[in-house]
Amino acid sequence: MNASARRAPAASENGYAISARGLTRVFGAVRAVDGIDLDIPRARIYGFLGPNGSGKSTTIRMLCGLLSPSAGTVDVLGHHMPRDAEQMRSRLGYMTQKFSLWDDLSVHENLEFMGQVFGMRAAQRRARIAAVADEFDLAALFKQRAGTLSGGQRQRLALAAATLHEPELLLLDEPTSAVDPQSRRDFWESLFALVTRGVTILVSTHYMDEAERCHELAILANGKVVAQGEPQRLMSDIPAAVIEVEAADTPAARLALLADPGVLSVAQLGTRLHVLLDPTLPSPQERVTQRLLAAAVPAQALLVRASLEDVFVAATGFGRGNDSRAGH
Amino acid sequence: MLLRLLAITTKEVRQLARDRLTFGMIIGIPLMQILLFGYAINFDVRDLRAAVVDDAKTSHSRALVADMAATGVIKLEPASPNLPDLRRRMERGEVSVGIVIPADFERRRQGTDRAVAQILVDGSEPMVDAVARALASVPLPNRAGMYPSRTPVFEVRTDYNPERRTAVQVVPALIGVILNMTMVIFTAAAIVRERERGNLELLIATPVRSWELMAGKLLPYVLIGLVQTTLILTVGARIFDVPVNGSLLDVYLAAALFIAATLTLGLVISTFARTQFQAFQMSFLTLLPSILLSGFVFPFDGMPPLAQWIAQLLPLTHFVEMIRGILLRGAPLSAMHVPALKLVVFLGVTLAIATLRFRKRLD
Repeated sequence: MNASARRAPAASENGYAISARGLTRVFGAVRAVDGIDLDIPRARIYGFLGPNGSGKSTTIRMLCGLLSPSAGTVDVLGHHMPRDAEQMRSRLGYMTQKFSLWDDLSVHENLEFMGQVFGMRAAQRRARIAAVADEFDLAALFKQRAGTLSGGQRQRLALAAATLHEPELLLLDEPTSAVDPQSRRDFWESLFALVTRGVTILVSTHYMDEAERCHELAILANGKVVAQGEPQRLMSDIPAAVIEVEAADTPAARLALLADPGVLSVAQLGTRLHVLLDPTLPSPQERVTQRLLAAAVPAQALLVRASLEDVFVAATGFGRGNDSRAGH
Repeated sequence: MLLRLLAITTKEVRQLARDRLTFGMIIGIPLMQILLFGYAINFDVRDLRAAVVDDAKTSHSRALVADMAATGVIKLEPASPNLPDLRRRMERGEVSVGIVIPADFERRRQGTDRAVAQILVDGSEPMVDAVARALASVPLPNRAGMYPSRTPVFEVRTDYNPERRTAVQVVPALIGVILNMTMVIFTAAAIVRERERGNLELLIATPVRSWELMAGKLLPYVLIGLVQTTLILTVGARIFDVPVNGSLLDVYLAAALFIAATLTLGLVISTFARTQFQAFQMSFLTLLPSILLSGFVFPFDGMPPLAQWIAQLLPLTHFVEMIRGILLRGAPLSAMHVPALKLVVFLGVTLAIATLRFRKRLD
């Protein structure tokens, strides 16, 4: 019942699981999502990276047909949304941001219920529940009420419920926000296993390390896509030179650097500073060293590879409202 | 399709069975209400505390007081020496009825133009006022030659409830009041709870249809409503001797129709309320006029036209009419087709509103 087994409808021949053009959603005076274009390929993990309120959840809800767009179009697996939302239900799996299975039902009862609601017959249900229980390590928890599970267990249950009916497309809204690091690692293992079977996964997050694991990524800010592409490419194509400064007196170094008009942003990481400079400058490393020397701050400057966080800072206008010169 | 509906119902029943508070309310509310109304809220008032000011002090005046005490409606407290003292005692709430026999009692008794005595009533208590006024018109036992001109013109016979017991008047309508109270709140809360806890966002992202979701959620409550009906009927019959003069099948058919109507009203509320608290508030907003205007407390025909119009919009009005007819007057359901049809119309309209308003969307 996965992507290959199902006869793909003609309209999805462009190979994209999701295509959106000018997708917009307005709540009152707020443009929560503002003219987003997306092309999400099949059998890939596609990430939405952005802070809270950047429009990630609203976009996902429009993609699975729970919200109607104020403007723009969405095609999911070749079907127009939200018009075809109902017939697409069994081909989509949706994991809400907040745990939304039933606290007062046991793990098994929750899975049983979801199986029934997706119209699975008893034998098929038994087989699938056994399969996801094995995959997500839930068998020992079958009798436990969902309300008493830990964060990581709940998340496994939620993913098990979302994949029970073997959807072709999984939409996961900040699935790891309430989960410990080990559970997050296990969770991503499971996601890659699903992708290997041909499932397309859209996952939103505000963790940089998670975003880096995605095949492709869209960085969202204020309802707009501000950068899009493979994480590696985004990092190598960053429109800034990244210099790492190690200084004993980081506040002084920081002040000295922020005074330079060529410096776009300074962020502190422990005893080091990540400095983003105008990429058109001829020798950024030299410039930083000179600056610090002039300010009599003993420090070492090194040209480094951009991190995804640097990409994020660059894409969102060099930290407006973040750790920025505007704040000083 | 049936699988999904059944899945919703099974889930709802499981959750209900685990929600002790709600489960307790299903049995507790009817039981508490019927015992309250049956025992405490008693419209057949007896033993009202009364005091006498007897300025005549004749054997006849004493006989009059004795006659009134013999009705059992009043219970005599020590007499007051004068009218001001009686008024003070009424003010303090020591007595609620005062009997004043004037000094010229004997002369008045012979004539026909003036009342022989006066009854003072504490009008701040609604039932006391009505009862004491009734007391004044009760024909006292006829002692030879004592009240020659005061024989009543009419004899009143109360059909269907000859002893005029309050329980008989109250319990049938109480079935409606209790169902109205619990059904509306339960369904409104059942759907809003899922919205509040975030379950609904997951549910509407599944292939479940709107009507399957609604029907699946309502089904357990139809059963609960019928259980409550049985409970009230049984307690009413066992403890308060409320008769079932009509057919029991008709009673249940009428109850089922009314349950369906209240459930859809709850559905409509659930489409407006964002939180369970709002759902409760809205439910009470419909409950209060239902209790006051349905004919449960005040006679329907005595209400002003506007109140009667509003009452027509409330399902309880029609159910009270039906259930009193079936239980007390022994009428068949077919004789109750007018209120039954009105309930059907109410059911249809609310169902249409609920389905139109409930969308498998978040916007």
